[in-house]
Amino acid sequence: MSAPNLLLWVALPYVCLAVFAAGHVWRYRHDQFGWTSRTSQLLEHRWLRRGSPLFHVGAFMVIAGHVVGLAVPASWTEAAGVDEHTYHTVAVWAGSVAGLAMVAGLGMLCARRVLTRRIRPTTSRSDKLLFPLLAATVLLGIAATVAHNVLGGGYDYRGTVSVWFRGLFVLRPRPEAIAGAPLLFRLHALTACLLFAVWPFTRLVHVWSAPIGYLVRPYVVYRHRAATR
Amino acid sequence: MRVMAQIAMVMNLDKCIGCHTCSVTCKQTWTNRTGVEYAWFNNVETKPGIGYPRRYEDQERWKGGWALDRRGRLVLRSGGRVRRLLSLFSNPDLPAIDDYYEPVTYDYDNLVSAPAGRHVPVARPRSVLTGEPTAITWGANWEDDLGGAAEHAAGDPNLTGQLAEKVRFEFEQTFMFHLPRLCEHCLNPACVSACPSGAMYKRVEDGIVLVDQDRCRGWRMCVTACPYKKVYVNHATGKAEKCTFCFPRVEAGLPTVCSETCVGRLRYLGLLLYDADRVGEAAATPDEKDLLDAQRGVFLDPRDPGVAAAARESGIPEDWLEAARRSPVYELVVRHRVALPLHPEYRTLPMVWYVPPLSPVLDAVGQAGGEAENPDHVFAAVTRLRIPLEYLAGLFTAGDADVVAGVLMKLTALRSFMRGRALGGDGDPALLEPVGLTARDAEDLHRLLAVAKYQDRYVVPAAHREDAAALSATETRCPVESSGSPGAPGGDGRRVALGMPTLRTRTRARARARTEGGHR
Repeated sequence: MSAPNLLLWVALPYVCLAVFAAGHVWRYRHDQFGWTSRTSQLLEHRWLRRGSPLFHVGAFMVIAGHVVGLAVPASWTEAAGVDEHTYHTVAVWAGSVAGLAMVAGLGMLCARRVLTRRIRPTTSRSDKLLFPLLAATVLLGIAATVAHNVLGGGYDYRGTVSVWFRGLFVLRPRPEAIAGAPLLFRLHALTACLLFAVWPFTRLVHVWSAPIGYLVRPYVVYRHRAATR
Repeated sequence: MRVMAQIAMVMNLDKCIGCHTCSVTCKQTWTNRTGVEYAWFNNVETKPGIGYPRRYEDQERWKGGWALDRRGRLVLRSGGRVRRLLSLFSNPDLPAIDDYYEPVTYDYDNLVSAPAGRHVPVARPRSVLTGEPTAITWGANWEDDLGGAAEHAAGDPNLTGQLAEKVRFEFEQTFMFHLPRLCEHCLNPACVSACPSGAMYKRVEDGIVLVDQDRCRGWRMCVTACPYKKVYVNHATGKAEKCTFCFPRVEAGLPTVCSETCVGRLRYLGLLLYDADRVGEAAATPDEKDLLDAQRGVFLDPRDPGVAAAARESGIPEDWLEAARRSPVYELVVRHRVALPLHPEYRTLPMVWYVPPLSPVLDAVGQAGGEAENPDHVFAAVTRLRIPLEYLAGLFTAGDADVVAGVLMKLTALRSFMRGRALGGDGDPALLEPVGLTARDAEDLHRLLAVAKYQDRYVVPAAHREDAAALSATETRCPVESSGSPGAPGGDGRRVALGMPTLRTRTRARARARTEGGHR
């Protein structure tokens, strides 16, 4: 295995994951006050009303698709009775819809951030890093799908990219699995690694605060004065 | 019975002259920071008027407070739990900044840096949001003293149908009064109930409703849920902020800043004991007009030995019980029943109550050629002049004009009785009888409303020493500090502000660079 490949597909992902994990611990312990979705709906709501739900719902579908595509080996889906053709068709269709929703939503959110006079000054340094990186990752991902699986003859990333991805987590890295993948897939994987590295330092941390507990909590919360921490 | 104590407020509206001192001192204390320029934890509105934010009382539009569902259960008007989580990405019922007003600053720099010229340089307004020159077209008290009322007042959500027509066409003969508003620190707070993160809470000891700045994640559901629109989004930190009832002062036994600085001395602070177990039931009272009595029914008599025993069991200290017995709020709300809650129909059981103003009725008496000093004329006006009465009923009793009339008659009788005394007589007890006052009641009420001293108006027991260590641990830092707030402790290495806007406007950028240079 060549040094650049080891660097790109073993060292870099592990560094990014380490930063991701350590960064979250550090930020959670030291910056509860900054841990927020950073809502700007007060200042602008027309773009947000369409863009934000579109982006978030698209993102949920995309994430679900990635979990199935990357974490679940092809042998498992086949064992479950889903053959390669069916999987491919569903993945391309659902993936395209989700990807388009996410791209359209993110486009609106970026547009509002750049074009709205009231929003632009609220853009923080972390936003200036996050928005381009997120946009690049999403665009590269959808470009790879369109180029290879919608227009092209079809590329089975489950035999290459997914193998590399799972290898990272079982501590048996297989950089050679992804080294031969088409350029768009490799770029998408790289920007995604970087996205994970910057995640804890951006507004993306609000993902971990999704208030599911609200569904079962009593309405009125009482707290003692002395026990505010 | 689960006894809880609440520090509550009563305002005597007849005394409010609309000077905004409470608003200004509150702002200087709590919201003179980046991100909350537009927020007034305390504001004074002229009624009739649209209010701040615009038409906040229109719950068809803003979906604040609670409603009863078909089966009579209490639900947030903005929707249930699932609906709330689904609207996290875009809250359909959130007021925009323009519903409050666009905050401005002035180009003061121009006053000293403008080149020599024929004209005196002026400081032009600039939007604090964009830094661009802007026109000032609205504000938190734009309608002060009915300014622009001919155009706007009919937009008051409390004016419906005929009432709106009357106010529009009889503008010269209309009435007005000032309504100071702050967070109601409700017994059944809708904001707390709507907070997905559980960051908002009601304090067990004194009932103050607060936002935990470290746990708020900026889901902004509290703003929608509060029917009084007294929770604000800090657009610099992305977190919710609200009136704190000046808890650091209250814990030290001092009145809130708005009360302390009230020029008209119209505010009263004191404890109310209530039965926390009956709050839900009271808030779900089927008929809106019964909500006032239902809420009064939740309050407990601190002189009742049974209540005192239950209070001790709940851990309420002896000096707090004593303070509850001396509470001017208890006197006005429960004993004399002259104070009324603002919009009880929102079902949040608010805890800032108001003695309704006689002045609208007295104005009407004067306009009708009567004498405001003559109780017969005033009684006649209270029973016949429906407009001010119905308007006040819309604000304070869910539309039950008889209750407001009863309070106003009581106040009128009290005035006449005490006037008789002041003129050398004994006062005519026949005046008091129909309104259910004894001479003793009348004297007490008169003392409280007219001559009460500082320590009679503000009966605030200090927080307990046992808790002092815990308190001082939280006291050393501002609960809402941000990297942009003046006076934020610069050398505090523990706290890191990420995702914070570096700057708001060019003007501020320059000023900040000069003053805080080092600590970024």
